Amino acid sequence: MSATIEQLSCQELVELVTDYLEGALPQGERASFEHHIDGCRGCRDYVRQMRQTIEVTGSLTPADVGPEAEAALLAAFRDWKPR
Amino acid sequence: MDDAAVIAALRARDERVFAELMRMYNASLLRVALIYVATRSVAEDVVQETWIGVLNGIDRFEGRSSLKTWIFRILTNIAKTRGQREGRTVPFSALERPGAVPEAAVDADRFLPPDHERWPGHWASKPEPWPEERLLAAETRGVVERAIEDLPPAQRAVISLRDVEGWSSEETRNALGVSETNQRVLLHRARSKVRQALEDYLMEAQ
Repeated sequence: MSATIEQLSCQELVELVTDYLEGALPQGERASFEHHIDGCRGCRDYVRQMRQTIEVTGSLTPADVGPEAEAALLAAFRDWKPR
Repeated sequence: MDDAAVIAALRARDERVFAELMRMYNASLLRVALIYVATRSVAEDVVQETWIGVLNGIDRFEGRSSLKTWIFRILTNIAKTRGQREGRTVPFSALERPGAVPEAAVDADRFLPPDHERWPGHWASKPEPWPEERLLAAETRGVVERAIEDLPPAQRAVISLRDVEGWSSEETRNALGVSETNQRVLLHRARSKVRQALEDYLMEAQ
């Protein structure tokens, strides 16, 4: 079947990585994508780097909102309390 | 705790649950607010108003959407109004037509030109594998944090919700009110830039 697989260039492939990782590529494009990375070390490393990027981003701690804001809101909550 | 339990607790005025909910969503609410308003202090106001809206509305909330989606809708409405009042032309296009302005994931000069006789569009300077052991170092994480801060607000919100907070694409789409495709375009651009920042940092010392 490889004869029917459309050739992707590396420059095209890097724009499809997120669609690929999100499972959003149509079957034909998915096949072209996988065929390409099977034979291209640069793109294989690139896809790996995107996965690593996601991993490092996932290791960040979500930012906090200042304690003053939280205290103000809890005060608002107490005012609201009666029902 | 599932939605029903949280809603019941809020209706019963359970302060502990309210505090927990704020801790869980405040950072994300702030990121999303920053799509619409210019400064962090206005965004913080918007987040506060949102919680007041949540308290005022919880007794009438019918549960047609998830609690999370409902909270983010309240935020978005308040943030849009605030943004307009500030005279800020809200960058709707950033959410509704993120693909309008082309943006390459990797600089064109990393590839061979389109008229190259043998390998058009192939790597001229291909990515090299990264030193694994440095990836999770505190300094590397700092590089990623700064790269995220430098992103345009809509891209920053999407990558924060998806990859920092670990939300699904559906939750993210609902919170931001964007289509699936647009969410993916924003995520792609955000991740591509963060990857580039990591590459610049990790390869610099080599």
